[in-house]
Amino acid sequence: MIELSGITKSFNSGKPNQFTAVDNVTLTVNNQQITVFKGPSGSGKTSLLSMIGCMARPTSGRIFLHGVAAAVPFQQEGVDSVEITSLPERFLNQIRRSTFGFIFQQFNLVKGISVLENVMLPAYPTGEGQALFRARALALLEQFNIARLAGQRVELLSGGELQRVAIARALINNPSIIIADEPTAHLDSKLSQEFMAIVGRLKGEGKSVLIASHDPIVFDSPLIDALVEMRDGAVVASRSSR
Amino acid sequence: MKRALERHLNILEFTLASLLRRKAKNLSLLAMYLLVIFILASLQFFVTALKREAAIILSDAPDMVVQRLVAGRQDLVPARYAAEIANIRGVTAVRPRLWGYYYDALNGANYTIIANDDPAIGPERVSIGAGVAKARNLAVGDLLPLISYDKAPVMLEISTIFPSNSDLIAADMIIISPGDFRQLFNFPSGQATDLAVMVRNPKELPTVAAKIAGQFPDSRPILKNEIQRTYQSIFDWRGGMTLIILASALFSFIIFAWDKAAGLSAEERKEIGILKSIGWETSDVLLLKFWEGAVISLTAFLVGTVLAYGHVFFLSAPLFAQALKGWSVVYPRFQLVPVVDVYQLAVLFFLTVVPYTTATIIPCWRAATIDPDAAMRY
Amino acid sequence: MILNPSVLALLLIALLVSVMGLYAGYYGLRILLRWNPASGSEMQLDLERRTYLVSTIMSYILGFELMSLFLFIYTANDLHLLFTGAMCAAGTLAVNFFGYPVLLFKIVNFLLAGVWLVVNYTDNRGYDYPLIRFKYKLLTLVVPLLLLESGLLAAYFAGLKPDIITSCCGSLFSHESNSFSGDLASLPHLPMQIAFFSGMAITAICGLIFYTRGCAGYLFSIAATLTFLIAAASIVSFIGLYFYELPTHHCPFCILQREYNYVGYLLYATLFGGAVAGIGTGVLMPFRNIGSLARIIPVMQRRLTLVTLVCYLLFTLVVVREMVFSALKLGL
Ligand SMILES: Nc1ncnc2c1ncn2[C@@H]1O[C@H](COP(=O)(O)OP(=O)(O)OP(=O)(O)O)[C@@H](O)[C@H]1O
Ligand SMILES: [Mg+2]
Repeated sequence: MIELSGITKSFNSGKPNQFTAVDNVTLTVNNQQITVFKGPSGSGKTSLLSMIGCMARPTSGRIFLHGVAAAVPFQQEGVDSVEITSLPERFLNQIRRSTFGFIFQQFNLVKGISVLENVMLPAYPTGEGQALFRARALALLEQFNIARLAGQRVELLSGGELQRVAIARALINNPSIIIADEPTAHLDSKLSQEFMAIVGRLKGEGKSVLIASHDPIVFDSPLIDALVEMRDGAVVASRSSR
Repeated sequence: MKRALERHLNILEFTLASLLRRKAKNLSLLAMYLLVIFILASLQFFVTALKREAAIILSDAPDMVVQRLVAGRQDLVPARYAAEIANIRGVTAVRPRLWGYYYDALNGANYTIIANDDPAIGPERVSIGAGVAKARNLAVGDLLPLISYDKAPVMLEISTIFPSNSDLIAADMIIISPGDFRQLFNFPSGQATDLAVMVRNPKELPTVAAKIAGQFPDSRPILKNEIQRTYQSIFDWRGGMTLIILASALFSFIIFAWDKAAGLSAEERKEIGILKSIGWETSDVLLLKFWEGAVISLTAFLVGTVLAYGHVFFLSAPLFAQALKGWSVVYPRFQLVPVVDVYQLAVLFFLTVVPYTTATIIPCWRAATIDPDAAMRY
Repeated sequence: MILNPSVLALLLIALLVSVMGLYAGYYGLRILLRWNPASGSEMQLDLERRTYLVSTIMSYILGFELMSLFLFIYTANDLHLLFTGAMCAAGTLAVNFFGYPVLLFKIVNFLLAGVWLVVNYTDNRGYDYPLIRFKYKLLTLVVPLLLLESGLLAAYFAGLKPDIITSCCGSLFSHESNSFSGDLASLPHLPMQIAFFSGMAITAICGLIFYTRGCAGYLFSIAATLTFLIAAASIVSFIGLYFYELPTHHCPFCILQREYNYVGYLLYATLFGGAVAGIGTGVLMPFRNIGSLARIIPVMQRRLTLVTLVCYLLFTLVVVREMVFSALKLGL
């Protein structure tokens, strides 16, 4: 469970161009569910997701992650939740690395290296032996039917293949939460549906999925559990489909 | 421990792959780096080899040389000085030496002519350095024509040519018998150019020198280690002066390095952003950048020093041999004995790699602190 | 002033270290004044990022200090020909007043930079950076020392004029000399040997107790520090003699040369390494009970203790081996 209370994110604070991208958001996101964030461009979805995903720190407010103790080696024993907003970058990163997997709108694959290397990339700095995560990466490629592309450089892939590589990369460190920001923006409707099917499978495997999207294929999908609507940095509606 | 090692290995592997991916940018940096290291290393090897050479020559020089000064200029030493100095306590032997310079109008070179009692030389025979042989195109058994003080030709048969591979002085040296020497220069008999004095205990050298100076007020005793010291500082000074000029080259290189490190291409920026967004931490990217610098530095350093080694010891430092040696023009082919030690390499390392590394710290840090969420906005 | 490549290199490093030190010190001060972990403000984020820069700079400074320490000794050794009476580094350093202080500050700064990095490493593992104030205060102490060292180095080289008559290890480290170094040399062998071996033994015992039971940490750290000093004095007093196989040659530098298989590097590396870890253990002692570090410091300290024990053991083994196999036998 992810618990947000009074989250605010301001840019350029104290300067004339100060801008509040996320304004006092209080929200609960449940585990093992698909939660979709919907809203017009500039409404603060990306900013909010990056704070939940330990990529950025809010200007004020608190975020609690529950049930991630295993991923937090520095925490006291017996405590099962962490408050991440007061943590320095170094520790946010430790949590992010082991708890979150990210899928971006542009897929953000590194050009010039192979598909396999791209998938393994998040595991390099964890200090895990290469043999281990290489095997895991190959298994993931197999699972998404792109094993034959393992040695291919990413520039040559089709949109659907790119997307599956990006998903495989998000899963390499075995995260329990997947964050996807506009994942279907560059896909046709068939591929978007395929994406949702994969997301449904991930949920079935016990992962939580957070998606920001304006795509009806995503937010009207029967698979999703909760929908959060945002406008001008604030949550205007939040409903659960079950 | 094992995890830390794995992390280094993984990141190092990625570093190597990314260096290869960006060949063009890295090659220009590497070329600059190489050039700077090559020039500095050549200079350093060259000067050190010369120093070594001089030290070897001096090591079989006499402990003390006594000259005579007249009106502040060096003059000939009467033979009686030698006899009296030999009587001073602690002195084991005194040898009057005959030597001088011979200007060769043919090719404008100055040769050093030394008289030696060595029976191998004998009257009308001569030993010459390789430099002389080369300049006049002579072989053993040929006749060496010299012009005496009264413009009369003197023909001497060449009995030995000193091998060219090592010493600095032998190259322009001509060794003849004392008789021929006196005839060639009309050198007054009963006089010597200077005296070589041997002393039993090196610790007594200063005392003996003081006694000689006291006994013959017009004499000037010179100790071997004084000469050594002068050589040493001449070379240091020359090396130092040149280094100051090179320092400015180095300085511009540093600025170049800074610029290279700071001017990340949009592509690289994006790549680092991606790495950070997928879970690399600032210190991981710093490590990546560290390895990048280390690989470039080590490559440049190794290749640069190896090239410099070839330049100095196989090609005889064509780039600055003339400028630095400048004793005589008799060095068409002058081979230095290779001497390279860890110390020299360490100094080179400090003069090149350390400033480069320092110059890149801040740009690397800036690159490493790109916001992780920046990747969400590409 | 002698212009030679290694002198230039040393001056260059001193300049770089000073500039880096000042830069790190400036941000250290800002962090001291403005640090507020509770805030999510952009300034706090910026300061947090600066900490990465400062630690990177400090690790480079540590590396440069260590390398330049040996380069300095080596250069002093190389320059000895220029000075009448100098036969090795000892003589060159004695040419003017600044030589030995430079050496001293280089060692002190190396130790301090090492301890700083130990503290930094530990602090970075506590999620609230509990030692941040302590370590940046420590930094503001280190920076002036770095500057002082660079100033002394410049003064030393500026005052080097060839032909100065100096005294060398023979007279500097001899019993007759009235200087501090002479005093070290004239320390009687037997008590010095006893002090050395008992120092090592006490450090080892305290270390083992601390390693296994987790108590007597301060004692161990103090023992390690004192033993470092005793061992350094012992090199001059008796250890060197065994290597040189001369009962009167007390020089601490000649063992760095090829004639002695560069054994000095091993001796000094183990001694300095052990000292940094030993002092580091003690410096961490007061913070053992801080919440976020309660599980981290004890592990750190055990590792540091192990480093000290291994380093000192190696040092002792090298010394004992030489005492047994040396042609020189010192009368008791
Ligand atoms: N670093 C920044 N500095 C200043 N303003 C920023 C910064 N990052 C984001 N913003 C602003 O914050 C607001 C919210 O941005 P955000 O990317 O969260 O919106 P979004 O809902 O994801 O929009 P979209 O649907 O277009 O992706 C935008 O107006 C944006 O301009
Ligand atoms: Mg967005």
